[in-house]
Amino acid sequence: MNEEKRGDCSRIDVEYVARLARLDLEPREAELFQRQLTQIVEYIRALQGVDVEGVEPMAHAVAVENVFRGDVPRDGLDRDAVLANAPEQDGEHFRVPLIVG
Amino acid sequence: MKYVPAIGLEVHVQLLTKSKLFCACRTDFGAEPNTQVCPVCLGYPGALPVINREAVRLTALAGLMLDSKIASFSKFDRKNYFYPDMPKNYQISQYDRPLCLGGGLAFETGGRTRTVRLNRIHLEEDVAKSMHAGARSSVDFNRSGIPLMELVTEPDFASAQEAYDFLLALRQILVYGGVSRCNLEQGNLRCDVNCSVRPETRSGLGVKTELKNLNTFKGVFNAIEHEAARQIGILEGGGVIRQETRRWDTDAGVTELMRSKEDVHDYRYFPDPDLMPITLSSGQVERWRSELPELPRQRRERLAAEFGIPAYDAGVLAADKAVADFFEDAARLSDNPKAVSNWVMSDMLRLLSETGRSIEDIPVRPAALAALVKLVDGQAVNMPGAREVFEELFEKGGDPAEIVRARGLAQVSDEGALEAMAEQAIAENAKSAADYKAGKTAALQFLIGQVMRKSKGKANPAGVREILKRRLSG
Ligand SMILES: [Zn+2]
Repeated sequence: MNEEKRGDCSRIDVEYVARLARLDLEPREAELFQRQLTQIVEYIRALQGVDVEGVEPMAHAVAVENVFRGDVPRDGLDRDAVLANAPEQDGEHFRVPLIVG
Repeated sequence: MKYVPAIGLEVHVQLLTKSKLFCACRTDFGAEPNTQVCPVCLGYPGALPVINREAVRLTALAGLMLDSKIASFSKFDRKNYFYPDMPKNYQISQYDRPLCLGGGLAFETGGRTRTVRLNRIHLEEDVAKSMHAGARSSVDFNRSGIPLMELVTEPDFASAQEAYDFLLALRQILVYGGVSRCNLEQGNLRCDVNCSVRPETRSGLGVKTELKNLNTFKGVFNAIEHEAARQIGILEGGGVIRQETRRWDTDAGVTELMRSKEDVHDYRYFPDPDLMPITLSSGQVERWRSELPELPRQRRERLAAEFGIPAYDAGVLAADKAVADFFEDAARLSDNPKAVSNWVMSDMLRLLSETGRSIEDIPVRPAALAALVKLVDGQAVNMPGAREVFEELFEKGGDPAEIVRARGLAQVSDEGALEAMAEQAIAENAKSAADYKAGKTAALQFLIGQVMRKSKGKANPAGVREILKRRLSG
């Protein structure tokens, strides 16, 4: 099991994160991201110094609630336009490399 | 050693809304691929989701019908994963603050009432549908963003049969409440199953496996039967169960490994910053509670009390809301509700099951059935004739009295005509007549049959019986 999952936030397991994101990293890239992500975590770590005793965790940074729309349907986009930018399509569907699981 | 299974269900139910959960795209089934899509449900960067109020109401309604607590505060989270059915790389779901908490459902199984506890009900968006062929997959986003509520039960089921009966009862309630159509053919209801077994003598739960890909109740039943037996077989052979996800293969009738614990998903949930939290006042929840529809159990009791029909009839009729509605409309127009109930329970349900149609799609109206019952009670048509009329009503609709006329089914009750036919039948079948007189009562039935044939089935059988008995007793 990787360190990160054990709750140690001081180090990010780049290899594991890359696997979750289905990214194939070159050793050089892994090293670069390891350095950069570690720095980012360091910045964020400053927050851990803040005293949050008795402070309710927020669900959102903006104090707005209950933003709803009515259940009113509208026509979809034109299919040709929807598929126009797809790297591969068959006129009806997007086509992607086979993935099962 | 005897083993007992402990089974939990995760049931995904498509809510009955006209538009999707976070955009205005339609939810119609069977539309051309990728025609009910927009930047939000296609996952375009920058497109912003807005919550469909009706989806929230329907989920809360389900919670109220299932005795859940409706959360005063609830929010949406991103469930992160990478797969072509979800191009924004996360599914919007609810993680730690679901809309409904706890609850339970009491249902009939194996001749007794069982109650299974619910853990939670949360709201989430469906993903796109991918079809695999050769080296490519085709993706259709019509289903992407359709509102689903996910009901999670506690591992309270002890058998496949219990899980099956629970699903029947759950579907009944959700259809009654107008929460979902629960149409299995259209994928309105899909299940994941958690299954473990433990020795009967030990408490606690064994290691569980998760079964995916179950979209029929029969599939759930078969998968549990198979998986529990598989686990017991392993334990009896001295082996250990591994925590893993298995897929039910309908054709082969086995569960097969999908992924092991090492590959268990790490979804990295976090609050979705695009969506504001939902707060529900107790006033709002109480208003919804007061709008709750009548549930199957209440309906059963009311039908029996209001129309004076047997409890058995009430149970059969109330099992399907549309059938109960039809019965009630017809029974209100009739002064013989028991006869209406007989028609619905026998001929109607039989024809529906033979034709695979639903009671909402057939042309026969409740008023027509009430009229047919009146014709039978008034002896204007006998039962075999009435059956013929009903079959035509079922196919084409129309007015029963008109059909009786058009088909020449009017019952012959004219004494003179019946007497003449009876006399003729006795003359032609002297042996049967003699048999009857000698005490063979079965011979009377044969003679009644002969008279019915002479009348082309239109005689009143009870009248014929009386006439024959009188003539033969002399
Ligand atoms: Zn859309």
